[in-house]
Amino acid sequence: MEELKKVYFISKKDMGAYYLKPPLISWGLMLPIVFVFAFYFRNPMGIKEVVPGLIGLTLLFSCTSMAAIVITFEKRIGALERLLLAPLEIRTILFGKTLGSTLFGLIITFCITIFLIPIMGLSVNHPFSFVIIIILSGLAFSLLGILISVGVKEVFEAMTMSNFFRFPMIFLCGVFFPVPSMPFPLPVLSCLLPLTYTVDGLRHCLWEGKPMIPLFLDLLILLGFVVLIFALSLSIFKRRIHQEF
Amino acid sequence: MDAIIQVNELTKFYGTTLAVDHTSFQVKEGEIFGFLGPNGAGKTTTIRMMVGLTQPSSGTAWIDGHDVTKEPVEVKKTIGLVPETSNLYSELTALDNLIYQGELYGVPRKERKNQAIHLIEEFGLKEHQDKPFQKLSRGLKRRLTIAAALIHHPKILFLDEPTTGLDVMSARGLRKLILESKKKGLTIFLTTHYIPEAEALCDHIVIIVEGKIRIIDTPENIKSQVKEVEILEVGLDRITEDLKKKLLFMEGIEKILIAEKGIRFQTKSIDQVTPHIIKLIEEQGAKIQSINTLSPSLEDAFVRITGLDSELMKIDKPMKAGPE
Repeated sequence: MEELKKVYFISKKDMGAYYLKPPLISWGLMLPIVFVFAFYFRNPMGIKEVVPGLIGLTLLFSCTSMAAIVITFEKRIGALERLLLAPLEIRTILFGKTLGSTLFGLIITFCITIFLIPIMGLSVNHPFSFVIIIILSGLAFSLLGILISVGVKEVFEAMTMSNFFRFPMIFLCGVFFPVPSMPFPLPVLSCLLPLTYTVDGLRHCLWEGKPMIPLFLDLLILLGFVVLIFALSLSIFKRRIHQEF
Repeated sequence: MDAIIQVNELTKFYGTTLAVDHTSFQVKEGEIFGFLGPNGAGKTTTIRMMVGLTQPSSGTAWIDGHDVTKEPVEVKKTIGLVPETSNLYSELTALDNLIYQGELYGVPRKERKNQAIHLIEEFGLKEHQDKPFQKLSRGLKRRLTIAAALIHHPKILFLDEPTTGLDVMSARGLRKLILESKKKGLTIFLTTHYIPEAEALCDHIVIIVEGKIRIIDTPENIKSQVKEVEILEVGLDRITEDLKKKLLFMEGIEKILIAEKGIRFQTKSIDQVTPHIIKLIEEQGAKIQSINTLSPSLEDAFVRITGLDSELMKIDKPMKAGPE
């Protein structure tokens, strides 16, 4: 219970210090809105096919925007040392950092979803599953950002690495092009990326078309990504602390 | 009094560089214990190993009965650290920084804000409590960082070069705060390269040079190491290079410390060398403005024990980048 409280305090501080600031909020909201309208005006009838992907992209970019640099940034200004001095397990620090960026991503994504659903004439077929997919995906994407942040030394390296992961995902994860229609070996790469399962899971919930795999598999795989990326981040973070402090 | 800190053969290598060389010491509960040495001596590395920030290469450190490598979280509950760079959160106000530290240290909610406000008042920060940390002066930042280290009522306070970079008034105020904290039963472990500060504050002093402990004792006992040595202090209107050279080769003088307007001689035969010194100074055309005989200071003992020039101890390390 104490540990959970401290996770909450760390994430609350990060929300106030980094996430709930006008530049990040406007970037988080504007980018997906621009994408949606660009696609809508191009093909209003086809918008329903791309909305799951656009929601997935919104979540990816909003969750990783600060997560990828937060630890590196705090290390540079000496603030990370403050956390390492406190009676906190390393996992608590990572949980706290992850929760902050996940919450931000969820807020942005739910805002966009609420905006999209009435305008685009969408309906959420499985609301409970929709929420679980968004939460698991948010955690997975935030952890991906945290993994980058603990793996690099400088802020600019973190920004470069996060774009190295994020931008290919736009084209490989079924956002605009169905994964099964991609030439080999791209579908293999797609299966290794969490956004693929986010988009597929959201298709179950928002679209009448045929998703790739059953919904429960999307959920299970996303959970697997969360566990795997967290374990990897924790291991790398502990090693870096040992080396650099 | 039992030892609240026990360090045994603590060692740290950075690559092939030995930063801390098998240091061992004990700190009694309620005392102010000082680590004194020049920059690069291993003081900060030692403190960082003791608070669990840096992994030792070998050796053990027990803080209030807990092994720092095996129970780091338990150790951190009982200690507060004021690092060399005041690294609280720039965007948070003074009060919010203390409240946040209270949250991280598990201070109960009902107590947190009251304790933060109490520390703000105790450390003379009331009119600055709503200012962001980045807008505070260096001296106020340091005070707030000490307050933050006390929010959770630690048993031991670690201070790493607490007065470095501060103006004289701020440094004096801070030393007064340290002494008042000791009266409340706090055990204080501090590192410094200011010899007078160590002498004024510490019950026991460790002199450490190049990672190795040279002596552990009270300031009085350390000074008594040079008891047989007498000090002659001569104030001059000017000191020429020629005078310096001649004085250096004079017999009967153990050590010379040359300042801008005066020279301090360490000798075992003050009655014999004094007339020769005066004669030489007059021959060189310099005018004696003052002449005193002194009992050895901690600075003299330091120079004798380490062989280092005490001027080396007056050089501050370049400040690291950070919120300060």
